[in-house]
Amino acid sequence: MSPSPARTPFIVRLGNSFDARSWGMVGVFAAFALIAVPIMHLVLPADHPLHLSTWFITLVGKILCYAIVAVAMDLIWGYGGILSLGHGLFFALGGYGFGMYLMRQIGRDGSYQSDLPDFMVFLDWKELPWFWIGSDSFLWAVLLVLVVPALIAFVFGYFAFRSRIKGVYFSIITQALTYAAMLLFFRNETGFGGNNGFTDFKRILGHPITAPETRVVLFALSALALIGTLLLARYLVRSKFGRVLTAIRDAESRVMFIGYNPLWYKLFVWTLSAMLCAVAGALYVPQVGIINPSEMSVGNSIEIAIWVAVGGRGTLIGPVIGAFLVNLAKSWFTVSFPEYWLFFLGTLFIVATLYLPQGVVGLWSRLRARGRGAGATADGPAAAVAKGVGA
Amino acid sequence: MNAADLPAPNGDNPDWDSGTAELGHILKPGQLDLSHKVILYLEDITVSFDGFRALNKLSLTIDAGELRCIIGPNGAGKTTMMDVITGKTRPDEGTVFFGQTIDLTRLSEPEIAHMGIGRKFQKPTIFENHTVFENLELAMKTDKRVWRSLFATLDSAAGDRIAETLQLIRLATDADRLAGLLSHGQKQWLEIGMLLMQEPKLLLLDEPVAGMTDEETERTGELFLSLAGRHSLVVVEHDMAFVKQLGGKVTVLHEGSVLAEGSLEEVQADQRVIEVYLGR
Repeated sequence: MSPSPARTPFIVRLGNSFDARSWGMVGVFAAFALIAVPIMHLVLPADHPLHLSTWFITLVGKILCYAIVAVAMDLIWGYGGILSLGHGLFFALGGYGFGMYLMRQIGRDGSYQSDLPDFMVFLDWKELPWFWIGSDSFLWAVLLVLVVPALIAFVFGYFAFRSRIKGVYFSIITQALTYAAMLLFFRNETGFGGNNGFTDFKRILGHPITAPETRVVLFALSALALIGTLLLARYLVRSKFGRVLTAIRDAESRVMFIGYNPLWYKLFVWTLSAMLCAVAGALYVPQVGIINPSEMSVGNSIEIAIWVAVGGRGTLIGPVIGAFLVNLAKSWFTVSFPEYWLFFLGTLFIVATLYLPQGVVGLWSRLRARGRGAGATADGPAAAVAKGVGA
Repeated sequence: MNAADLPAPNGDNPDWDSGTAELGHILKPGQLDLSHKVILYLEDITVSFDGFRALNKLSLTIDAGELRCIIGPNGAGKTTMMDVITGKTRPDEGTVFFGQTIDLTRLSEPEIAHMGIGRKFQKPTIFENHTVFENLELAMKTDKRVWRSLFATLDSAAGDRIAETLQLIRLATDADRLAGLLSHGQKQWLEIGMLLMQEPKLLLLDEPVAGMTDEETERTGELFLSLAGRHSLVVVEHDMAFVKQLGGKVTVLHEGSVLAEGSLEEVQADQRVIEVYLGR
């Protein structure tokens, strides 16, 4: 990098990714997450009508993490045209990476009063396996969360993209990848707690993990991470990198013949997407208090794709909306009609695919365009001409 | 190569800056060596797909600055030949050299594009969801690695170049339209414009005037003629009127090898060419 003197500093360009209206919305959201929520949860008494319950904080905090995953998915699918049906793997790996730290924070407060995590005592292990070394350090945990999923994504992506594996074949391989990882993590010998995974966390950085203050901080961090993800994603898709990425999605051979190597472009966004998922996973685990191999199940990864499809592919706010809509519906359904949830989810996916190619965001802009009745619509000139003839 | 086939060296073209063979010259890695005034050598290229020989010991040379037309019936191997030159298909046998030194069979598609070979596909291939302007911006010759693209900004010189090309391809008023909304002929022009933004030394054009009106075709011919000399052009075309307008040397491909070569009149008078086109 040799920036020319006239160049706008990067941080300014990053900030310019959002227009004034978007910054306004970000401000409102941040004020809600960082100021209103703590007050409504910590200060207001439990019987106050505006009091936010622990259940609410946990649910919304969880969905904020899902929203990060959805945006990460949209970057590769909506903009890069790469449909991963194994993104739950990176989410889970981030969760496991941070979960290792949380397990070590339990200290001697576990059921067996040992320095080792309970499941290791149960397996009659005498010392920590080599890959647990350093896991008592918070910074090491952060490093694990960022590096391990990125490394796996990079190596997998390198071979997949170099072999020019595309479309449904790529999707199937990612499914196989996450499924294989799930089977691996189910085994006790793998050293990650087998099918029980990690749970019974006590502390995070010395603070009790279930304390209302800790929850509020984790909630705020999730909100900030979502804002950061959106800002980064918005910068990327507006940059020349983003234009090359969508060009690869639409006409890869043309991109190659004008001298771009799609391999590195795909690999960059793929690895970045995996890292964002891992960060989301690391924020998710302390909030829900458990991580186990079922997070790597194929179904979970498919659900991520559904959030994005429902919200609107190729629009960054769409996946956030989709993650909220589907997960709020899920938490309602699984309480009221638990046995119908999967049918509902399947129907939702089919409806979104058939009738809402741009998701609810696309529906919204179509309705708005119709409401205006003006010539300029999102449907292109053909529709405008048809309307002109009708009028 | 037969030395007699090569044109006499002449030092009057400033673009051929690699010095003269007599005096010896120094070449940087990746620099195109045109010291023998030949930009492309294909020698004994064979490509088979499941036993079918798409190219059969094809040998062909293109001179620097030449405008060459390639004709031939369907299945003669024209598109496969372009695939071989641009790195999409690896030949089973034979060598492909760009200038004297660059072995194209060892390079990937993006590397070949960087060396200075631009390709226009048979079906116009542009980025339909990008604006006309963005299509040209993406094609522009520049550092095309990820890191650069992440922080790239458009300087005024680049903007001027794009504006120039927009004028040349007559899309100046459509700069901000989505490329997918252009007419077929305009898409062909846009793709040609993208090629020019790459500043290629050799342009491969696969049926560039298909679907164009007569007027558009004629203007395309004029454009190509103005490019010849500075660039080398290889045009695959079925439209004989267009080939005639271009007026350069014509190569007839048949069943994966060269059947005849010469001016359009010469090859049209060739008995074997007549048989290939009419005899079946």
